[in-house]
Amino acid sequence: MAGFLLRRLANYAVLVVLAASLAYVLAACALNPRANLMDRSPRPSAAVVDAELTRLNLNDRTPLPRRYLTWADGVLHGDFGHTWEGESVNGEMWRRAWVSLRLLLGGAVLGGVFGVLLGAYAAVRRDRFPDRAATYGAYLLLSVPVFVLAVLLQYAAERVNAMTGTQLFAWVGESTPGAGDGTFGGLDALADRARHLLLPTLTIAFGQAALYARYQRGLMLDVLGADFVRTARAKGLTRRAALLKHGLRTALIPMTTYFSYTFGMLLLGSMFTEKIFGWHGMGEWLVDSISRGDVNVVAATACFAAVTVLLAGVFSDVLYGILDPRVRTRTR
Amino acid sequence: MTGAMRGRPGRGRAIAGAFLLVLLFLLAFAGPLVSPWGWDDIDFTAFLSPPSARHWFGTTQSGRDVFALTLRGMQKSLIIGLSVAVLSTGLAAVVGTVAGYFGGWADRALMWGVDLLLVLPSFLVMAVLSPALGGGWQALVALLAAFLWMVTARMVRGMTVSLREREWVLAARFLGVGATRTIVRHVLPHLASLLLVDAAVNVSVAILAESGLSYFGFGVRPPDTSLGTVIAESRGAATVFPWLFGFAAGLLVLIVLAVNLLADGLRDVLDPQLAASGPSAEAEAEVTADGARAGSGAGSGEPAVEGSAG
Repeated sequence: MAGFLLRRLANYAVLVVLAASLAYVLAACALNPRANLMDRSPRPSAAVVDAELTRLNLNDRTPLPRRYLTWADGVLHGDFGHTWEGESVNGEMWRRAWVSLRLLLGGAVLGGVFGVLLGAYAAVRRDRFPDRAATYGAYLLLSVPVFVLAVLLQYAAERVNAMTGTQLFAWVGESTPGAGDGTFGGLDALADRARHLLLPTLTIAFGQAALYARYQRGLMLDVLGADFVRTARAKGLTRRAALLKHGLRTALIPMTTYFSYTFGMLLLGSMFTEKIFGWHGMGEWLVDSISRGDVNVVAATACFAAVTVLLAGVFSDVLYGILDPRVRTRTR
Repeated sequence: MTGAMRGRPGRGRAIAGAFLLVLLFLLAFAGPLVSPWGWDDIDFTAFLSPPSARHWFGTTQSGRDVFALTLRGMQKSLIIGLSVAVLSTGLAAVVGTVAGYFGGWADRALMWGVDLLLVLPSFLVMAVLSPALGGGWQALVALLAAFLWMVTARMVRGMTVSLREREWVLAARFLGVGATRTIVRHVLPHLASLLLVDAAVNVSVAILAESGLSYFGFGVRPPDTSLGTVIAESRGAATVFPWLFGFAAGLLVLIVLAVNLLADGLRDVLDPQLAASGPSAEAEAEVTADGARAGSGAGSGEPAVEGSAG
């Protein structure tokens, strides 16, 4: 098991290095920070722009290999360089990663749990009304792009707000400035944050739930007719106990792979949600930095994405090994 | 064939999806013929007007007809979706069969390339490269196709490895038939249903990806229009002026839904295990196809390959 994991890790490390380097080279070739700097008002002189670009290691007159080496040297020392405004990429990246995590965690957990339960239930009630409803509901949800779903939810929230005459839902940013200044102070601020979290969480949870419901239904159907479930029933367990304890638990094992991968992908995949709801997380950063031509940030987000996806891969390998004894014996 | 298809699970879904898709195609390509406004016409007497007899879907802030814009966007989305699906599935078939059939170094190199492409954040690469390649929709098609084929290639490779040792392939090889001919005549036909379903799934994935990229301004860009750009233009105003958003979003969802129905129905119709045996086969088929689509990380293609080859 350890050897297998080590080999996997080494393989992953090579892939991360390659992915990050490729992303850097691509971004450095295709993006044009010079044009953006020249557009500033008051219009800076060419010499100033040149000096600024050189300082940020973005100067397109420096040969690409040298720029790459400067960047790679920095990254190896744990420094991703500076953003376009001259801030350190590292600090900003951590801050934004936390924002993304705050945004995603609730939605991912809620969606995962709900999706798994729904999928399992649909499988048990196969071809009857609950199954049909869940299956077609998941179909519909999977066909709705996030940026449409988010707007639909905003529309519904607006109606609810108008009907109840309160600001139950809020959908701009992470908090209202000055929310904690009321009589209840911190409590008010917390409630305000929760209100801002409601809609984005729902947006993420819906998509995730639909996805997981489909997987889980398939996996659960596989398990329903299995020998060990029949044995559990023959042992005298009720149908519910047999299905929950022996069926669902077994059917959950392959889901660990999906869980960890989807969560790894989500960190960057949340750009629509972040953009629409005005959260300043990793996804928004990526989109903004591409349109601004901020090469260092683009490379840093690419690196971040590769690392999260691969960490998710390692995590799921380990988890799989722990949960499924057959894997341990097979891979030696 | 029709006799064999009757009673197959999934037949209804496939037909419903295909029917809906034909209707949408008709709307997208015949609609502009009856529309009084062209997609680039500007009506200076109607800015942001709600749907009316004059402008069926209303007008935008700059006085453009939303009906014409939406249909134009549909055409783009449909064409892009179809061409990406054909290209990426074709690429997956070529790479997968070559890697699986020849094995050895070719196999290792190709699969390593697959892993690498899976690790690269595809959105980022597409967003960076699409404007750099001139921003035309053909460049977008090439980019989308380049990032959709990997998981399928892994599945195709797995199935080819198991097909390679079958009697008819061995017979062809020992008779001296060339590798290309063997692959085309004796391996590919056994992968046809997988590839067909994959192509159908890819249509919807490509349409969603295209509209997402265009939404951020990295895909199809003004003055040209796609459903993504129409929806993006309504950003911030969607709840106040719902016609700017509703028609384009609704049609986008309908297209994707139709394609998904068709793909899912086809998968069940074409699955030989499903007609022969009971529930567990269906479950396996579903997990296989879904798992492959979802697992875009390196290594997650493995279980799916086992499932479909077995």
